[in-house]
Amino acid sequence: MSEYKPTIGLEIHVQLATKTKIFCSCSTEFGDEPNTNVCPVCLGLPGALPVLNEKVVEYAVRLGSALNMTINKVSTFYRKNYFYPDLPKGYQITQYAIPIASEGFLEIKTKKGKRKIRIQRGHIEEDAGKSIHTGDITESQYSYIDFNRSGVPLMEIVTYPDIETAEEAYEFLVLLRKTVRYLGVSSGDMEKGALRCDVNVSVSKNDKIGTKVEIKNLNSFKSVRRAVEYEVKRQIDVLENGGSVVQETRHLNEKTGETVAMRTKEELNDYRYFPEPDLPPLILTDEFIEKIKKELPELPLQKEERFIKEYGIKEDYAHDIASSIELANYFEAVCRATKKPKEVANFLMTNIMKYLNKTGKQITEISFNEKKFAEFLSLIDNGTISKNIAKEVIDQSLETGKSPKEIVKERGLVQITDEDAIKEIVLEVLKENPKPVSQYLSGKTQTIGFLIGQVMKKTKGKANPQIVNKLLRNALMKMKK
Amino acid sequence: MDITELSISQLVKNIKSGEISVKEVMKSYIENINKKESKIKAFIHLDIDNALKKAEELDRMREKNGVLFGVPFAVKDNINVLNTETTAGSKILKGYISPYDATAVEKVKKENAIIIGKTNMDEFAMGSSTENSAFFPTHNPVNVEYVPGGSSGGSAAAVKSKEVLAALGSDTGGSVREPASFCGIVGLKPTYGLVSRYGLIAFSSSLDQIGPLARNVEDAAVLLNVIAGFDSRDETSVNIEKKDYTALLGKEIKGKKIGIIKEITDFDLQQEIKSALNKTVDTLNKLQAEVIEVSIPHLKYALPVYYIIAPSEASANLARFDGVRYGLIREGNNLKETYQLTRTEGFGEEVKRRILIGTFALSSGYYDAYYLKASKVRRIIANEFENAFKKVDALLLPTTATTAFKIGEKKSPLEMYATDIFTIPVNLAGLPAISIPSGNDKKGLPIGMQLIGKWFKEEELLQIAYSIENGG
Repeated sequence: MSEYKPTIGLEIHVQLATKTKIFCSCSTEFGDEPNTNVCPVCLGLPGALPVLNEKVVEYAVRLGSALNMTINKVSTFYRKNYFYPDLPKGYQITQYAIPIASEGFLEIKTKKGKRKIRIQRGHIEEDAGKSIHTGDITESQYSYIDFNRSGVPLMEIVTYPDIETAEEAYEFLVLLRKTVRYLGVSSGDMEKGALRCDVNVSVSKNDKIGTKVEIKNLNSFKSVRRAVEYEVKRQIDVLENGGSVVQETRHLNEKTGETVAMRTKEELNDYRYFPEPDLPPLILTDEFIEKIKKELPELPLQKEERFIKEYGIKEDYAHDIASSIELANYFEAVCRATKKPKEVANFLMTNIMKYLNKTGKQITEISFNEKKFAEFLSLIDNGTISKNIAKEVIDQSLETGKSPKEIVKERGLVQITDEDAIKEIVLEVLKENPKPVSQYLSGKTQTIGFLIGQVMKKTKGKANPQIVNKLLRNALMKMKK
Repeated sequence: MDITELSISQLVKNIKSGEISVKEVMKSYIENINKKESKIKAFIHLDIDNALKKAEELDRMREKNGVLFGVPFAVKDNINVLNTETTAGSKILKGYISPYDATAVEKVKKENAIIIGKTNMDEFAMGSSTENSAFFPTHNPVNVEYVPGGSSGGSAAAVKSKEVLAALGSDTGGSVREPASFCGIVGLKPTYGLVSRYGLIAFSSSLDQIGPLARNVEDAAVLLNVIAGFDSRDETSVNIEKKDYTALLGKEIKGKKIGIIKEITDFDLQQEIKSALNKTVDTLNKLQAEVIEVSIPHLKYALPVYYIIAPSEASANLARFDGVRYGLIREGNNLKETYQLTRTEGFGEEVKRRILIGTFALSSGYYDAYYLKASKVRRIIANEFENAFKKVDALLLPTTATTAFKIGEKKSPLEMYATDIFTIPVNLAGLPAISIPSGNDKKGLPIGMQLIGKWFKEEELLQIAYSIENGG
């Protein structure tokens, strides 16, 4: 079966995070009371006309440029005609013949190394309203429509069928989401519909591409991976059993993980595209495009590579930190303040991440800023606290918002470096544990670990471990003699 | 003084000087309405009480501002007026109350005109006689057995019968000029993009333009001053400097070059219209304008091109009337049936015909042969006009090949379509044109002469029209 090669292409709708809609000045706020962010334009009332939102153009050029695409200086709008209750004009304004961006790529990291996934086009269009069915769509007696979403700007990204595995499809989407978030052009939230993905899958034994099946309305990255995995297997099974793949649209059953052909036979739509007479061609100047390109931020992969090179941190730490622009900004701010990137990365990816996961907070919401981080690291450096105690200090500081110094003072966590004080405790421990001591003296030297532990326990972890170690060995040595 | 005989500027001057009150004006016009409206049927919606109230309101104002202060006014029913029923002459919009003012209406209101009603029209502006109104036909005030033309027939009839002083219409293929011609008044179609289309219910978006219907050229110019101008709500509206379209009225046209289109001879013209054309040429000669012949070789293709482009755009523009959000709804057993029942009952025959033509012309496999081809020929026609305008300042031709016909007389759609052969090319090229009265035929029916101007040169077009109007 291994000789079958899957060919996978993605069509992704990215909701652009402009404050107002693409053709009117209504708010794009998600989750508002239904049908409150509406006006004659986005309700398609008779006589209303669309006016293109410049911010949408800016965001589209930014995303297109980040995806290494050619920005077309002249692009055109078309009407895509079909009837549906949540489409108020009976047509969708979209781009067709010439999109705003074409021919680019996104480079993903896979187990096989880096791979370029080519992108065919990126065009801007308006979203439809949202149909809310009472119960199942086939049995629903009536449906509600919320037009708040009508006219929300979308950029549709269409890839070439360069993707070969479910994993690659997943990686592409993850990187695309990171990219849109880096650029600030979309929230990338799939559960809020800010990122929607359709997948085209076919398999073939030779260079000829097999029959294409479209899987629609996938609502999470995991669904995309599952759908592709299942669909590739299914198509191979069909072919292996002498059958042939039918060109159709399928849905993923989220419960079973299987793809199923759409129950209602979708009628072959003729969308009768024609140029939108209400909108003149969109003409962009070189200055406009260049300005946006110049202002593009560093993108996720570039940042990841720079982190490894510039800060010398581990590759998986660099990857994880660079996966979010906020995390990356935090990391760099703390590095600037402390000059200790490795330690920063360590504490960020362990204690801080644990805290964020536990509380559901964002990195931007915590009070443990670069000042506190610097104070914290200096407490370790100057020996005030041990590495063990350090974990407690940072956790407490995150939890309470108090400064590391306050925590240390309050809890009396200052490391004991006074050799006389430690020596006293060491002797106490030796007296109280005759058995491990004799074991040690008879050659079972690993029992020293137990003895160190006892000393630490008595000092509540505050004793300097190196000093404890040294004093214990000295004392035992003396006993041996 | 007969108040209803006054021009816009005379009337407004008399009101502002305190000579007459707005209420007196309104009462004079209401008298005309009471006398004539039952026979003419120009209005779909008429609100006399509100008009009187508004008149009293204006009379109470200390500052009497606005170039249309107290002018009794009508608006074609495909133009949105806030809180007023706006039907576009269609059953599918019966009862639809508009939640906003069209830009042109906003401007007219700002100048303190009094909108007394919404005028009858061919459904969605598709027709040349106002017989396609879903409600009732309008009658020509000159002879009530005849059509007033269309689709702005209600506006033209209301102005002609002095039920109002002026009105707004819309012109997609001649819908302002042809009824103006049939009723013996002035109708102006501005350059595409000069007047905002925001709030005009779209028939064919690349051709539609709002225009004034008035008693004379000066009134039309005054109205154009009000409604012209860039509107950020319409992306096809053009940002050009504000002009005074009355500035050149009365200035002599000596030396102006006026073109006669050679290809006009390809069409059958009613004898009296031929004579009227010749008479107008004589007038121009008398005014020392130079009349020369020009050629628009593709003129005869304008009609077929129009009947591809306009229905194609209309098929999309009318898709929103689906019974889901507003207007007529006839519920079926499922969504598709609801669409079918609603649209079958809501649209009239002519509208359905054009939706079908347009849907067909845009269909996959036919798009190139119809829509794309028509778009190319449209470009050629526009280029030919551009070339002609290198030699002339304006073109002169009749508005229509015949005078008004009787209600119910024209049976076939093609016969009806042919009415607009001389007005349609102007919309295809986006040019401005005006129809002015030019005498009557033997039956006493008005003849209209059409002048076509250069793009955005309305001031010059109006100057020439004014000279002909007053120099004959």
